[in-house]
Amino acid sequence: MKLDLSLTVNGEAVSARIEPRMHLVDFLREVLDLTGSHAGCEHGVCGACSILVNGQMVRGCLMLAVQAEGAEVWTVEGLTETGAIAALQEAFVARNALQCGFCTPGMLVAAATLLKANPTPTREEIREGISGNYCRCTGYHAIIDAIEQAARA
Amino acid sequence: MKPAPFAYARASTLAEVFDALETHGDAARLLAGGQSLVAALNLRLASPSLLLDINGVAALRGVTFADGLLRIGALTRHAELGADPLVALHAPLLAQAVPHIAHAAIRNRGTIGGSLALADPAAELPACVLALEAVLVLASRAGERRVAAGDFFQGLYRTALRGDEVLAAVEVPPRAGASCTVQELARRHGDYAIVGLAAQSLGQGVQLAWFGVGAVPLRTPLAEAALAAGDIAGAQAALAGELDPPGDLHGPPALRLHLARVLLGRAAAALKGH
Repeated sequence: MKLDLSLTVNGEAVSARIEPRMHLVDFLREVLDLTGSHAGCEHGVCGACSILVNGQMVRGCLMLAVQAEGAEVWTVEGLTETGAIAALQEAFVARNALQCGFCTPGMLVAAATLLKANPTPTREEIREGISGNYCRCTGYHAIIDAIEQAARA
Repeated sequence: MKPAPFAYARASTLAEVFDALETHGDAARLLAGGQSLVAALNLRLASPSLLLDINGVAALRGVTFADGLLRIGALTRHAELGADPLVALHAPLLAQAVPHIAHAAIRNRGTIGGSLALADPAAELPACVLALEAVLVLASRAGERRVAAGDFFQGLYRTALRGDEVLAAVEVPPRAGASCTVQELARRHGDYAIVGLAAQSLGQGVQLAWFGVGAVPLRTPLAEAALAAGDIAGAQAALAGELDPPGDLHGPPALRLHLARVLLGRAAAALKGH
């Protein structure tokens, strides 16, 4: 079974014909070649696939692509192009907030979501904001430093 | 992993949901927020032949207050539950539970109906509706029937929902002015609780509903009576006779019982502090 799908990704209208079992992050990566969002655990635990759907952060692996019919999706690529997360990206580099980088696209989406709702978070609030995103390299402190720096910028 | 193939359809009315359940029976699964179901599909723990997306069914949406009852539509997402002014006023316990449920991204999709229908023994919302003495509205082609939360949870991931029914809403008797608190212990924030407690006090009564301590959420009436009388130590002592928690990788049953006593002490302080 294949279904027609139309949606907007990073501001561009997109159409495809896909199997309903394909989750959204696979659609972005494999059909649209937007490989910034990462597929990690594929059961909603690691947060590497975090993306924005209709302005809200969701797990790309816990939403089927066919469920995004008519939706507006933003990934790390689009957020980079518009400059929406430029301050965060700069701070991540400055504070060494990544090593292997696998978690970074999801971390940036989580951090951007946090700062939109709460532009001046405490470190504790930052911890809570990224608590759904795993990083296996940094030990998190550098990521919290970076988000704090971006918030103050 | 990737899900096994399935057919997908969107329902926009309850009649379409009943049609699909009638035609496909157990082979069909209803997709609401999908925050547990899609994970189960990805892990191939579930392999339905039809996934029926009910997100477009308007009858399952919305929070209303009428005739002295707060009615919460099954499709209400956790984030909506946490932000709804009617919920904050009439069922503050539910609003307080929301920050404990997984993480922000999950709360943006997961629904109260999905959480209750799945009946994970370590989930917050089943215990909350038990503490609130809420009534679950189950809809089928024959009409609606109402089941008390205490009768709805029947075993591990087992509920009173029949194969031809969909959980339509939760009806909560208003608890405006109630003191309430949700306490849980987890290894990391957002993890399922090792032990959790949804507690409420209003007037002379105290309701305690536990999660993560057995196959279903549990009330502890002796501890409730002791706490209502102001006897915190007595309430903690009563738990030994009322809870029989399992041992698992977190530790033996005695550890969980100890943690339950700790949570009860914290809850008593939080309720008193209100």
